[in-house]
Parts: sequence; C-alpha cells; structure tokens
Amino acid sequence: MSALPPKFEGDLAELPTTAYGHRSLTWWGVVAFFLIEGTAFALAIGSYFFLQGVEDSWPPQPWKPADLLAGTLFTITILLSEIPNTIVKRAAERKDVATVRRWMLILVPIFALLLVFRAFEFNSLNVKWDDNAYGSILWALLVLHVTHIATDIVDSLVLTGLVFTKHAAEDRRLVDIAENAMYWRFVWLTWLPIYLLIYWVPRWVS
Amino acid sequence: MTVLSGKDLPRDGEALQGTALHARLERTWGDAPGFWGWLTTTDHKKIGRRYMVTAFVFLALGGLLAMAMRAQLARPENNLMTPDRYNQLFTMHGTTMMFLFAVPVMEAMAIYLIPLMIGTRNISFPRLNAFSYWMYLAGGSLLWVAFLLNIGPDAGWFSYTPLSGPQFSPGKRTDIWAQMVTFTEVAALAVAVEIVATILKQRAPGMTLARMPLFVWTMLVVALMVIFSMPSVALGSSFLISDRLVGTHFFNAMERGDPLLWQHLFWFFGHPEVYIIFLPGAGFVSHITETFCRRPVFAYPAMVLSLVTVGLLAFGVWVHHMFATGLPRTGYAFYTAATMAVAVPSGIQIFCWIATLWDGRPVFKVPLLYVVAFIFTFVIGGLSGVMLASVPIDLQVTDTYFVVAHFHYVLVGGAVFPLLGAIAYWFPKVTGRMMGEGLGKLSFWMIFLGFQLTFFPMHLLGLWGMPRRVYTYPTGLGWDEMNFLATLGSVALAAGFVLYIVNALASMARGAVAGPNPWDAAGLEWATASPPPQYNFPHIPVVTSRTPLWDNRNHLPVMTGLRADDRELLLTTVMEAIPDLREPSALPTIWPLAAALSTTCLFIASIFTPWAVVIGAFPVAAALIAWFWPKSPLAPEPIVE
Repeated sequence: MSALPPKFEGDLAELPTTAYGHRSLTWWGVVAFFLIEGTAFALAIGSYFFLQGVEDSWPPQPWKPADLLAGTLFTITILLSEIPNTIVKRAAERKDVATVRRWMLILVPIFALLLVFRAFEFNSLNVKWDDNAYGSILWALLVLHVTHIATDIVDSLVLTGLVFTKHAAEDRRLVDIAENAMYWRFVWLTWLPIYLLIYWVPRWVS
Repeated sequence: MTVLSGKDLPRDGEALQGTALHARLERTWGDAPGFWGWLTTTDHKKIGRRYMVTAFVFLALGGLLAMAMRAQLARPENNLMTPDRYNQLFTMHGTTMMFLFAVPVMEAMAIYLIPLMIGTRNISFPRLNAFSYWMYLAGGSLLWVAFLLNIGPDAGWFSYTPLSGPQFSPGKRTDIWAQMVTFTEVAALAVAVEIVATILKQRAPGMTLARMPLFVWTMLVVALMVIFSMPSVALGSSFLISDRLVGTHFFNAMERGDPLLWQHLFWFFGHPEVYIIFLPGAGFVSHITETFCRRPVFAYPAMVLSLVTVGLLAFGVWVHHMFATGLPRTGYAFYTAATMAVAVPSGIQIFCWIATLWDGRPVFKVPLLYVVAFIFTFVIGGLSGVMLASVPIDLQVTDTYFVVAHFHYVLVGGAVFPLLGAIAYWFPKVTGRMMGEGLGKLSFWMIFLGFQLTFFPMHLLGLWGMPRRVYTYPTGLGWDEMNFLATLGSVALAAGFVLYIVNALASMARGAVAGPNPWDAAGLEWATASPPPQYNFPHIPVVTSRTPLWDNRNHLPVMTGLRADDRELLLTTVMEAIPDLREPSALPTIWPLAAALSTTCLFIASIFTPWAVVIGAFPVAAALIAWFWPKSPLAPEPIVE
C-alpha cells in the first residue's frame, strides 16, 4: 500500500505495447552488448599492435602471411549477406511475415557457406597458435569472431524456426527479428578490421 | 493478434485501487510458493537481497583472511604459517574483496534500489538478473572451494605474468583465478546492461535526466564504466588461461609475447574498477546527506558533472600502476597529470557535501556518522593518492605498505563506510524495521577507530621501507611496534563488524516498525510500503522535481492504466521521461539457473581441456533457447471479479 493517497494525473492504457528501434528495451540491451563486445574487439586489436611493436618483422621470420582466398571469399559473402538481412529487417518492421519467412530461409545456406569458408580460414593462416605471439593473436582474433558469428547464426536459426510457428504473428517476435538483423550488421562490421589485420597488415608492414 | 486496448483489460485506476488492486497485483507479480519460487524468481528485490547477503558472506571470509595475515605480521619472524600459505592468503583476500565483495555489493544495492528510486515495477531483463546472480555465486564458490582444497591462487589479485604464467605457476591455482574472473565479469556485465536499460527507459513520467536521484546518476556512470572496462580483464584472463592451457604466447617473452601486455590489459580494467567501487559510495553519501541535513544536495549540476568527469578520467590513468616498469618521459608526465586531475572533480564533490552539511540542519544518526567518517578518511586517502601520482614518490614507495595504506583509505573510506551508512539508511525500507541506534553507534566508533589504528601505521611502515606481500620481517628494523598496533586495530575493526552484523540481525527480528518513510526522505523509494510489495508501486508515480516527496506532502501524483493481470512495465523516453510504451516484464522461470549451471560446467571443465568450450556450448545453447522461447500470451482476466 502506498503511504500517500494517490492523485490520478493521467492514464497509460492507450499506449502501444511494442515499438521498434530505440523505443524498445530490447534495442538498448542489444546496443549495450555491442559496446561490451566492441570493446573486447578494440582491446584485442590493441593487443595485436602491442605485440607487433615487439617484433622486428610482421609476420616474424620465417613465417609467411596468411593465404588470401578463404578469408576474402568469407568477406565478400558476409558483405553480400547484408542484402537479404536488410530485406528481412525492413519486412519485419512493416510486419510482412511472408517476406520475413522467405528471406530468412534464403539466409540459411548463406550461413552454411560462411561456416565452410571460416573453417578453411583457420587452415590458411600459415601459423599455429602455439608457434609464437603472432600466431597467438591471429588465432585469438579469428576465434573471437567465430564466437560472434556462431552466436548470431544459432540465434537466427532459432528465429527462423519461430517464424514458422504460431508465434510469428506476435509483434514482439518481429521486433526480435529486426534486432537480430541489427546484430548481424555488428557481426560483419567488426569482421572488416579483423580481416585487414589478419590478411593485409602483415603484407603492408613486413 | 489483435492488440487489446488497455480499456478492455483489468488495470489500475479509479475503478481498481486499494486492497482490490493489491490482491490482483500480488497474484500477477508473485512467485511460485516455496523452494521452487526461490529458484525461479525474477524479482529485483529478492535477487538484490540475495546478492547482498552473498557479498557480505564473502566480506566476512575476506576479513578472516585479513585477520590471519595480521596475526602472522603481529610480531617479527613469526611462523604461524608458511610463505606459500601467506601468498594464498593475500591473493585470496584481494581477489575476494575486489571481485566477490566490492563490485557485487554495489551492484546489489543498485539492483534493489534503482527500480524503486525511479518508480518502476521491476528491473529490465529480470531473467538476465537472475542468471547473473547464479554466475556470481558459482564463481565465488569455485574460488573458495579451490582454496579449501589447497589450490587457491597465490600470484596476487592482479596475477602478474610471468609469475602467473605456465613456467612459474604450474598446477591449477592460476587457472582457478582466471576462470573466477570470467564468472564475475559475466555477472557484472549482465547487471551493467540491466542498469543502463532500466535507468534510460524505465524512469517514472516526469523524471527527466536533470531530476534523477544522484545514486541513479552514479550507477549510470558506473554501469557504463563496467561495460567499457571489464572486457579488458576478461580478454586478458582468456589470454592468460590459453597461454597456460594450449600453449599460446601472449605473455611469453621467449616467443615474442610481452608480460607488460598483461599489465596493460589488467590495469585498463583495474583502475576504472576502483572508481566503479567508489562512485556508488558517493551516491550513497549524497542521499544520506540530503535526508539528514533536511535540504537538497548543494550544487546538483556540479555533482553530476563531477561524477561524469571522474568516470571519463578513470580510463586515462591506468598506466600510473606501471610507473615502476619504466615509461617514456612523456608517458610519465601525461599519466601523472591525468592522475592528479582526478583530485579536481573529487574535491568538488567533497566541497558540495560539506556545503550541504554547513547549510543544512544535520541530524547525526548512524548513517550520517558514516558520511563524516567517509569525508575524513577519503580525503586522507585522496591526498596520499596525489602523492603517489608523483613519479619519484611512487618509485620510492611502490610495493611498500604505503600503497596498502593508501588504497585501504580510498576503498574502505570511499566505499565501505558509505556502504555501511547506506545499509543503516535503507535498512527500514528493505526489512520494514529500524536498525538499532545504540549498537549502531557503538559499532560505528569501533569500525572507524579500528580502521584508523589498523591502516594509519601502514603509511609509516611503507615510508620506512616495509615491502608488501612478504610473509614476515626480521627484528631490529623498527617495524615491530607499528605492526603490532595495526594488528590490535584489526581486532577492534573486526569486532566492530561483528557488532554491526549482530545489530542488523537483532533489528531484523525486533527493531521498531518503520513505516514507509521513517526518515522523512525525499526520494520515490520512500513512497511505497516497507518492505515494498512485489510489484513495488500500486500506481506508477509522476515526478515534477528532484525531491518529489518533499514537494508533495499530502498526495502522490500517479498515472494509471498498466495491466493488473499481466506483468507490464511503463517505458518512457530517454531524456524527458515521457510515457511511450507498455512493455511486458518476464515471468519467473528456471532457465536462467539452468543456463548458469551449464555455463558453470563449461567454464570449470575448460580449466582441464579446451574441448570443454566446444562440447559445453551445446547445453548452454539449449538452456538459452529454452529461456528465450516465447510463451503463449496469457488469457486476459475478467475486469470485474
């Protein structure tokens, strides 16, 4: 019971129960996780340059830089995946469930392709994690990004399953799908500097 | 699905208020009965209380370790324990106090108080909140069970490489430490996310940023600091454990890694950590000072700007912990200047509190006594901090007892004294009963004087050259008397803490019944019953000033219309707190506990094999999917019962 008698000053009954973007709580949660994970990426990148500063050459002799093919194919694919991702996000925002269903299914084979390229990437680094500090930080950057891509792929697959159940009609699921599409943007945006650090910086500075 | 308008549903308002509303909301917001309800609750107050009790258990354990160390150092060439045991003691003491007491207890206060202070029904992401508690409990238990099995960490609370690396710390002790860090970081980061979202989106209508209570401001700054600093130690401890477990070379100088990288990653977290612990204390002090001086805190905008400035400067000073590792001259100058600059916003806050005391009509109840103790002690700790910012002094006294004295003055003076005052202050809100004044004052004086007697002599010991982290010292160096005094002081300090706890327990059982607002305070948390009902407020309060209860003596302005048959929160806009959305709040569930248990298995197994990360991911993913799987919406209840 309230200590003081209430004085009614307005009514909230007609307020909506879902909204997209910064009006929703989910958006703020996702953005806070961007900040956390973005900080982790930034510090890992800082560690990369710290360790590079200790070395005379980068990669250290006699290692050669990572092969470009798998990582570049991965990069092109993940950039192109933004097209279906944007279509899903916009369809979710206008509550077009049929389009969401179709394009989320199209994303599934793209995820599979990305995972295949990523597996080959580990094989093309030309250094093991326990060879030297250069190898350690390259593997760390790649593993750190794998955790993100794996998390978002699992998330997306669960949501893809969900949109084919009765829950698809709930507005909140469409908000979740829109926020998940935003997270995918974070996943590929963080990949771009890591791609440069793993594949190109060793070619530029050595 | 058709969106049901609020009008078609039972909701609070003129037609539904008083006892009828109470009965409905109790049913909607209540937990399952018994142990199952205890395991599945998502109520911020229950989880906050649980966090607080656990943190105090760790404080007691950390305190026992400190007493053991003081017993060993009471006289020279003492042999109560082996050097190895002593190494474990100081490592466990620092680790327990920093990771398992100081940060969690401040977050616990925020989890309990912030939703009440801003007038909402629950914290944001309440299941994440439950998850964070279980992770915290698991991490703390891991550390202490390991210690009891004689595999407690022994490389210091900062675990410097190369000492903590595979070559000089074989065995599992450091791995236990590194994984405990992972547990507590996951927990602290989860709470930080909840606090930011709750503060920015769930404030009562009218509570603009400029009307936010100062504790809420401090926790907003603290939560952002957690978000930007804790990934650093999580990344560092992952590097450390992978150096130890799978043979990476991040910190191995032989393979072109660098032990100093560890120090950078650790202190980029470690220094903000100090302010993460101190700033909530500043928030407590503001509330206590305001209530017991019967006037709003002097210069609110200056206070807020100082908090934000301290939060920003915290990220520019970490290298002052590394002066002794050698830096370029510009580095020394920059980090000295940045460190000394922290004294400016801290000083502004101190002067604002003094001005509030000066201009107010102070009533020296126990909470305000702790504020005075805070000002006295924290100013001394701040001044020795300015001394340490000067490189020549730092190089002279680094790794001596002068530093031990400094950070205990800052941390105990700056955070623990305000915390003890805050607990006495909000005790009636949490328990519904007043905390005894007589025992309260006695324990205050024992804690305050015991603290000074324990730690002031350490300044002198440090200046006379006594090093830290060494299990004994020879006779004839002139250190005997001061060490003995410090040990005597620690006994008084510990006895004071015991009295404080006895007082709290006795008051919980037999204290005077408090009523909603026993101190005649101004904040929204005092507008609801003590202890608050599960739903916090029957109607959502409306705020028109910084001191709402002082400006509305006869009634509480409220808004109506949230559903009474489903858990609904009011979301408002970020800056102006204009009502915007009604959003559902999560129901109780077992899945956060299941997710925490499976994550615990993954983390602990990963100390022994890296494959645990791959295999353990499956049960974790399964628990998380079950957690987030949507439930069928509840059928609306009839409006009239």
